[in-house]
Amino acid sequence: MYVAVALVLVTLGTVVFHLVNPWWFTPIASNWGFIDTTIDITFWVTGTVFIAVLLFTAWCTYKYRYDPNRRSVYEPENKKLEWWLIGLTTIGVIIMLAPGLVAWNEFVTVPKGAAEVEVLAKQWSWGYRFPGKDGVLGKTSVKLIDDDNVFGVDPKDAKGQDDVVIDDSELHLPLDKPVKLLFRSTDVLHNFFVPQFRAKMDIIPGTVTYYWFTPTKVGTYNALCFELCGTGHYLMRGTVIIDKENDFKAWLAEQPTFEKSMKEAARAANQGFAKLESGQAKPGNENSKRVF
Amino acid sequence: MAYVAPAPAEVEEVELYHAKSFITKYVFSQDAKVIAIQYSFTAIAIGVVGLVLSSMMRLQLGFPDSFSIIDPADYYQFITMHGMIMVIYLLTALFLGGFGNYLIPLMVGARDMVFPYVNMISYWVYLLAVLILVASFFVEGGPTGAGWTLYPPQAILEGTPGSGGGIILMLVSLIFFIIGFTMGGLNYVVTVLQGRTRGMTLMRMPLTIWGIFIATILALLAFPALFVGGVMLLLDRVLETSFFMPAIISMGEQLEYGGGSPILFQHLFWFFGHPEVYIVGLPAFGIVSDLISVHARRHIFGYRMMVWALVAIGGISFIVWAHHMYVSGMNPWFGFFFATTTLIIAIPTALKVYNWVLTLWKANIRFTIPMLFALGFIVTFVNGGITGLFLGNTAIDVPLSDTMFVVAHFHMVMGVAPLMVIFGAIYHWFPLMSGRMLDETLGRIHFWVTFIGAYSIFLPLHYIGFQGVPRRYFEMGETNFIPPSVQDLNAFVTVVAVMVGFAQILFFYNLFKSMSSGEIAEKNPWKAASLEWQTPEQPPAHGNFGDELPVVYRWAYAYGVPGAKDDFVPQDMHPDEVGGEGAHEASKE
Repeated sequence: MYVAVALVLVTLGTVVFHLVNPWWFTPIASNWGFIDTTIDITFWVTGTVFIAVLLFTAWCTYKYRYDPNRRSVYEPENKKLEWWLIGLTTIGVIIMLAPGLVAWNEFVTVPKGAAEVEVLAKQWSWGYRFPGKDGVLGKTSVKLIDDDNVFGVDPKDAKGQDDVVIDDSELHLPLDKPVKLLFRSTDVLHNFFVPQFRAKMDIIPGTVTYYWFTPTKVGTYNALCFELCGTGHYLMRGTVIIDKENDFKAWLAEQPTFEKSMKEAARAANQGFAKLESGQAKPGNENSKRVF
Repeated sequence: MAYVAPAPAEVEEVELYHAKSFITKYVFSQDAKVIAIQYSFTAIAIGVVGLVLSSMMRLQLGFPDSFSIIDPADYYQFITMHGMIMVIYLLTALFLGGFGNYLIPLMVGARDMVFPYVNMISYWVYLLAVLILVASFFVEGGPTGAGWTLYPPQAILEGTPGSGGGIILMLVSLIFFIIGFTMGGLNYVVTVLQGRTRGMTLMRMPLTIWGIFIATILALLAFPALFVGGVMLLLDRVLETSFFMPAIISMGEQLEYGGGSPILFQHLFWFFGHPEVYIVGLPAFGIVSDLISVHARRHIFGYRMMVWALVAIGGISFIVWAHHMYVSGMNPWFGFFFATTTLIIAIPTALKVYNWVLTLWKANIRFTIPMLFALGFIVTFVNGGITGLFLGNTAIDVPLSDTMFVVAHFHMVMGVAPLMVIFGAIYHWFPLMSGRMLDETLGRIHFWVTFIGAYSIFLPLHYIGFQGVPRRYFEMGETNFIPPSVQDLNAFVTVVAVMVGFAQILFFYNLFKSMSSGEIAEKNPWKAASLEWQTPEQPPAHGNFGDELPVVYRWAYAYGVPGAKDDFVPQDMHPDEVGGEGAHEASKE
């Protein structure tokens, strides 16, 4: 008897907790509402099964509790019942899987007009690169990275000269414009995630990964690294600020291009400041060679 | 009704070699039952280490300001070791090395494993693997903190704690574990296929044996992927090869690596790692089927479907691995395939749940402690199973992966649920292993605290995962999408976790006390029909079945057979003794 009551309480407790607990998705700020819808559908299907199975179990433990004068019913198989259950489960699976695949198809199909922005991850900070006026990101290589050229942009590639390079954890993006974030890592795995945008992808050294989304709400959002990347993982934070288009353009115009940043670095180096400031620059080490 | 008398034994029995000295009987023993207990003790001992590590992590998460015992490096080392210990060194070793060794020969009617000597070596190699793992706590830099998945490049780079000796010992330990397991595993498979007694057809085997059998086959096919992955990672670390290492800058320095693929490791790891979930799951499915059937006094419902579901799950489990990698950066088009296979695997799994519950239907249920744990398993497994349907569906996995939702999901489904089965199984088979009963009152307290506690730990963690709380964060700091109530929850969870931890002391006390002074168990105390309870001695002696091996006439689930004189008919009871009509029907299949 008390077991049946306990099972009912656990079931109802779970449902009540689901309804009243204060934690739920952050208010969505991107176009990925359909992912949330898929989750709602999944909740309805699985929740029904959860309640049905557990309440039936509770009822059995009440109804068929031990009685020494009784025996269980001997009926080893009931093919019809089993096939019915398999059939119903299959329908449930289809109801969940179909919208999931549709949503995934949208997620992996980047719209033609999406603007490309590069996100550079390294232990344990973020950097960003916009393609500049020509709309094309310049070639890069990990081998070219040094204290001045933190993105490893190829200085010989003309398309890279006008790239806007932001060696800072704050990224601005314009409202309502689809954006394709291209991810690079210089060292280990990382992951760039803003919960309000729903989209997530690992960042892998040696490969460029991506996802796309359209920001739909102006605001300041925390971006967290979502793939364990060493001792400082929990400190690897960025900020994404969604601006109205004009604000965004004004912000972007203030950021240095690759060409400009390198010139400034060269000037600073001539004055001898760079090496003093940067503890990691080792004179004579070809790894930290100057580009200019 | 006629029955087919089993054919006479084709091969004459050979007198079993009986060990004579203490050392050969209890230390370097070739008796599967002793090896089982050695495996179990070692696994549980290292499991306690894993439990303590989790308490330390919980204290940090619950009370980050009051407990400054651990720093971030410790935290990452503890999560890594906790995960690795629990999944591999505790659950895999205990289900297969522990329960597998104890139950396979007894339940199929064999005198021992077919290769007792290899079986012995298997344990000692496992022990060596455990010792190497423990040694990594004491080398400079400590054990690896790369996360239990050991993803390169970070697993072997400076920015990760334990990238010196720790990661090397971890990989070496895994390699030894796999070698040891392979010896044991081949033994289990061959014993099930070749060692069954007369009349014990495959379709008469208890589901416990089916579960362990299929899980062992999975392990024999899956562990090699981890083995090669481990060896390659070791080469990358020690000889600076570049299997998994692209050109990298670590701590401001260009490294010599180049051209390798970090994702390749993830494929190898999860090609092992997903079947691994079922290597732990299938024995639990099998054992719980038997616990439910015995204590509900009813045959398992839909036995044949249950067997085929195990086989189907085992097969499909090899083509779902990349659902751990939806956001890994692999080709996104894989997502469609793996989401589909992953949700398909839910169908045989759901069928198993239905059949457990339908076994309770029209049953005559005794609420013994094993039954309570079995019910606890059903609740936690259903809960953890359905959250798997969220994560298996690619699009939903995108916002949820690497959040606390994932942590809650896998702890519920492959932590709490299998542990419920392990506890239930220990309460169930303890009388057979020791000849004594465990204390009933202590057992009930242990169950309710563990079940309600574990459920209230992991249920709410799902919801902070929705909120976006990441896993593997030493502390949350200032994050604008995380409300302060999350910290309150973390404190609550920590308090409950510590309570559940302490409840286990009760269990160990019960175990040790009952071993020496528990109530003497009557013969076959649960009135079970399967062979392990039909041995002449309890606990069974070396050789298990006395002078003559049993002959099996029916399946292991002849409970409530109409007309039979008892409410159960042992598998080896001669049809003439069963009494009543329809008794032979009990030999379904």
